[in-house]
Amino acid sequence: MENFFSRYRNASLLVLLLVAQVVGLGVQVRRSTETGGTRLIRFWVVSGITPIEKTLVNASHGIRYVWRNYFYLRGVRQENRDLKAQVEQLRIEQVRLSEDAAQAHRLQALLAFKEQFISQTVPAQVIGTSGSDQSHVVYIDKGSNDGIKPDMAVITPDGIVGKVLRVFHSSAQVLLINDSSSGVGAILESSRLQGILQGTAAGETMLKYIMSDEKVATGERVLTSGGDRIFPKGLTIGAVQQTNPGSDLFLNIRIKPAADLSRLEEVLVITKVAETNPKTMELSGSVRAADILAERLPSVPPKPAAASSAAAGKAQPTATKPASGAAPTTKPAVNAAAPSSPHSGSAVTPEASVARSSTKPAGAASLAGTTGAKTTDAASTKPAVAKPVANKPAASGVNKQIHSTGQPAKPAAAPPQPPPPGEDVSR
Amino acid sequence: MSDMPLVRTSREEIEVYRFGPVVSVVVPLLALVIQAFVPVKVHAFAVFDLPLLVTIFFAVTRRSQVSGMMTGAIIGLVQDALTHQAIGLYGVAKTVVGYGASSLGVKIDVENPGTRLLVTGGFYLVHQTVYYLVARNILGVAMEWLWARTLLAALLNGLAAIVVFAVLDRFKRST
Repeated sequence: MENFFSRYRNASLLVLLLVAQVVGLGVQVRRSTETGGTRLIRFWVVSGITPIEKTLVNASHGIRYVWRNYFYLRGVRQENRDLKAQVEQLRIEQVRLSEDAAQAHRLQALLAFKEQFISQTVPAQVIGTSGSDQSHVVYIDKGSNDGIKPDMAVITPDGIVGKVLRVFHSSAQVLLINDSSSGVGAILESSRLQGILQGTAAGETMLKYIMSDEKVATGERVLTSGGDRIFPKGLTIGAVQQTNPGSDLFLNIRIKPAADLSRLEEVLVITKVAETNPKTMELSGSVRAADILAERLPSVPPKPAAASSAAAGKAQPTATKPASGAAPTTKPAVNAAAPSSPHSGSAVTPEASVARSSTKPAGAASLAGTTGAKTTDAASTKPAVAKPVANKPAASGVNKQIHSTGQPAKPAAAPPQPPPPGEDVSR
Repeated sequence: MSDMPLVRTSREEIEVYRFGPVVSVVVPLLALVIQAFVPVKVHAFAVFDLPLLVTIFFAVTRRSQVSGMMTGAIIGLVQDALTHQAIGLYGVAKTVVGYGASSLGVKIDVENPGTRLLVTGGFYLVHQTVYYLVARNILGVAMEWLWARTLLAALLNGLAAIVVFAVLDRFKRST
């Protein structure tokens, strides 16, 4: 026996080493939670390597900062102009969206929904990866010292990235959504079909458990459903890239993540999600969406006295009162005869003028001119007198009525008149 | 190109090299850091396995089976600690590679770039096979064996080994 081990000493040592590691693997598989030994190994390794990675990342950022801010300034002025124009566009968009949001709040309050808000995030820098194709994880430079805890969601402005798996003092390991052991509750934006987003060994993301008889369009957006209790509901995951019938009852849906998982640099860790009841102020009737919108729109400069008296002879200024039934208020004719740039949202066309003069029901407030209405001399100089168009159905776009000026407005809550014979009721 | 024959015929011809303690620690550590850091900037870099190249280099240069398998085991376990999977997967695979490479280093000339390409490519396949078998059969990890991708990665790692080994040759000292 002694001769055998002395003769095959190296081979015996190899077998011993392999058996020890295989037993160690078996123990880790059997225990669901990480034991002290493996935790200690990870702690030592990560504590030894992440400071070097942090130094490398900081050095590369320093060099890039100096280069971009002091040397490479080509196109900065043009970019600044473009960004200013973009800000203007976004302001207009914000006004439009606030109307939709107010309406959504009202409906949510009616249904007693609870809302999830991302109330606190911690920005973090990606400093490293696992270095393995089989393990899709990244390391960030924030850890328990910064309030990071396991199972916190990690996102970018483009979409979700993954969740925090392990936390160390000054770093954390993030499991990406394209890892085969990852799972995210997902919902298709249009069809509202729910499934589970899982990664594959090849690093792709697949939406699973959608029945094969469902129609899923390529390009449809995929959002978080909130069912996993990690990612708040409604965050962007990506878009449907390819749909194939699966071998079983379900479709094989490949998803292209909105966040570029192969080029992550900065991420946000959601450290706090507040769950609150939606605001119910719209229900009280004291503040209307139309009022909120009107306050945000540019106001009309005071008219000269002569012009005002002339206009008073022609039109009796009243406010159209949409659905809420609150006391009528008199408001200036927003957008009417106010010369401004198209970006300001107050550009007026004769058509828009007519549209505004109509009496429309429910929440009839929006912005004329945001969808390509042009400013014309006639529109900008014409007094805000227009023919009333009674009982025109409210358009769901942006060209809804704000105020009427020519006639006393009918209350919006008034029962709708029956459509003329032959007219399509569903219109 | 070296004028030495590819296959050794006598143990007297074998030249065994050693490395200083600093090199023995810093080179594997640097390989692990580069392997973890560079894919943040260049995602395609993940196809390379620098810790594997370092394991093979130390094993074939030292020509000691014990040293080779221990180097492979330590580098593999440290590499495991950076992943989210159980510790031991890379450890087992690199232990086998370290033992095999040191055994082979006794028999063949590893100074030749062509040999280095073939040896590294071959051991990359051995490494992936062991990893795949252990991950599937012990851990139950759902893995796909992609022949085209694995063979391409073996070739790329073999080519990278020619460069990396040439750099590391500067640190070896004759006994």
